[in-house]
Amino acid sequence: MIRFQHVVKRFRRNVVLKGIDLEITRGQRVALVGSNGAGKTTLIRCLLGEYNCDGEVSIDGQNPRRFRREVLARIGFVPQLPPPLRMPVGQLIRFAASLCDSDPARIEEVAGLLGFDAPGFRGQPFVKLSGGQKQKLLIAIALGRDAELLVMDEPAANLDPKARHILFRLLAEKQQDTAMLISSHRLDEVASLVNRVVEMDQGRVVLDDEVADLVDLSSRLRCRVTMTRAEDAFARALREWHFVLADGERVWEGLVPGPDRLRFLGMLSRYAALLGGLEMLDDDDTESAA
Amino acid sequence: MNHLLLTAWADLIESLRARWFIVYALVFGGIVVLLFAFGLSESRVMGFTGLSRLLVTYIQLSMAILPIFVLITTVRSVAGDREAGVFEYMLSLPVSLSAWFWGRMSGRFVVVFLPVFVAMVGALLWGAIKGGETPWELFAYYTALLVALCWCFLGIGMLISTLARSSDVAQGAAFVVWLTLLLFLDLILLGVMIRESLPPEDAVALALINPLQVFRTATMMLFDPQLVLLGPTAYVILDNFGRAGYIAYAVCYPIVLGTLCAWIGYQVFKRSDLP
Repeated sequence: MIRFQHVVKRFRRNVVLKGIDLEITRGQRVALVGSNGAGKTTLIRCLLGEYNCDGEVSIDGQNPRRFRREVLARIGFVPQLPPPLRMPVGQLIRFAASLCDSDPARIEEVAGLLGFDAPGFRGQPFVKLSGGQKQKLLIAIALGRDAELLVMDEPAANLDPKARHILFRLLAEKQQDTAMLISSHRLDEVASLVNRVVEMDQGRVVLDDEVADLVDLSSRLRCRVTMTRAEDAFARALREWHFVLADGERVWEGLVPGPDRLRFLGMLSRYAALLGGLEMLDDDDTESAA
Repeated sequence: MNHLLLTAWADLIESLRARWFIVYALVFGGIVVLLFAFGLSESRVMGFTGLSRLLVTYIQLSMAILPIFVLITTVRSVAGDREAGVFEYMLSLPVSLSAWFWGRMSGRFVVVFLPVFVAMVGALLWGAIKGGETPWELFAYYTALLVALCWCFLGIGMLISTLARSSDVAQGAAFVVWLTLLLFLDLILLGVMIRESLPPEDAVALALINPLQVFRTATMMLFDPQLVLLGPTAYVILDNFGRAGYIAYAVCYPIVLGTLCAWIGYQVFKRSDLP
């Protein structure tokens, strides 16, 4: 579906992409990882036809620069930084839906699933929304249409755990017939979402590996965390994951989205000395057991 | 809806909510209020009284303010949008580059022309309520001139915005362009060049190329049909164009120049990196 053939991008004397060769097929969910300046954003911009480059970039055989409208009609894009648009939310939805031949109601519905009440903010300028609300709306615009390729730059960065779970579920619904390119500078942020990892460094692909595709994107884990003693910092971190006290001041319970398990364990590892017990069960198992 | 119209509408809504637009609208509305407040509509200069006098002064002030306002606001917002990531997102949507570029230019034209026009219409309405006679011919002529002036500097602004990669450079370039055109008005550098024995044909050619000078001469022509204020140069203009011919030139030339600049800007835009 996507083909990068010896793609080179220069900004004057600075060579940012140094001969990228990459193919991505439908159904692949690719994590594009690498440190700042690795060339991830430049590669995405070449893919979207926003940058001229040497070599060849094609999506289903079409060059995104020459066949802009045809190619971009099939791509849903979520940028890392939301643009500072002053237009109201309602107009942005109508504008994007008209350009993409989509239904504004469908975008509003996806936004609603993510926890953003788009009709309620119809007259509010986009730039005045919170970081999370902007992210949810941009995701809704990308997912609320028939995209065959989703290009997302740190899509879950500003989302709360509940919205992350919904996002993972929405992505799971599309994983069979949609290719996904998810960019992040940290692998643990996106590891469970993908079945292939491409790592970039200094404008080159330094790792291209398939990964086990065992995690169900829409799954959830019911967790029970026991602290050895009550600790404010640990409690705050658990509250951010929407955990609640279950017993006294030391036992916490909550739900963790399946693909987020690595992130969650990463958070717990910071408080390893305070961890008295940990139980993680698939939410479906716990429900069937009940 | 057509993509060009969609983009134009989106740009219009964006601009109407921008701070620069509020300042811009207040400046032109303020000028009209001040002209009324200082009783200009009751004064008489060179045979012009009432609303005609007010319009003559308004158009002279517009000529001084409008070009730099249009240039700076255009380059600031267009280059600023590119820097802020607006282009990255909006151009990831399936809109053609021509619809995007010309849509933005059309939307921006409405935004820069509307406050100037509304202020002028407001002045006429207020004058009519007060019992003044409405100078329709003058109004139509000035409207055409303002359209030409706005379009011309908008086109130049779009060209600068596509050539400059940052809003700082774009602002600097816009200021230099405006200053150069200002220096080549008849009363500044052109006067010095004529005094230093520049051939009259060259001086007239420079005056006809400079859109600011074209606009200045055209507005002058209304209250000074023989262009006495211009001196002997007036003969070259009147002999070659005639009064009606020059008025037509003053409306058409800036529009052609603005369109040409915008077209070059578009060619550069569609060939270069977009964000």
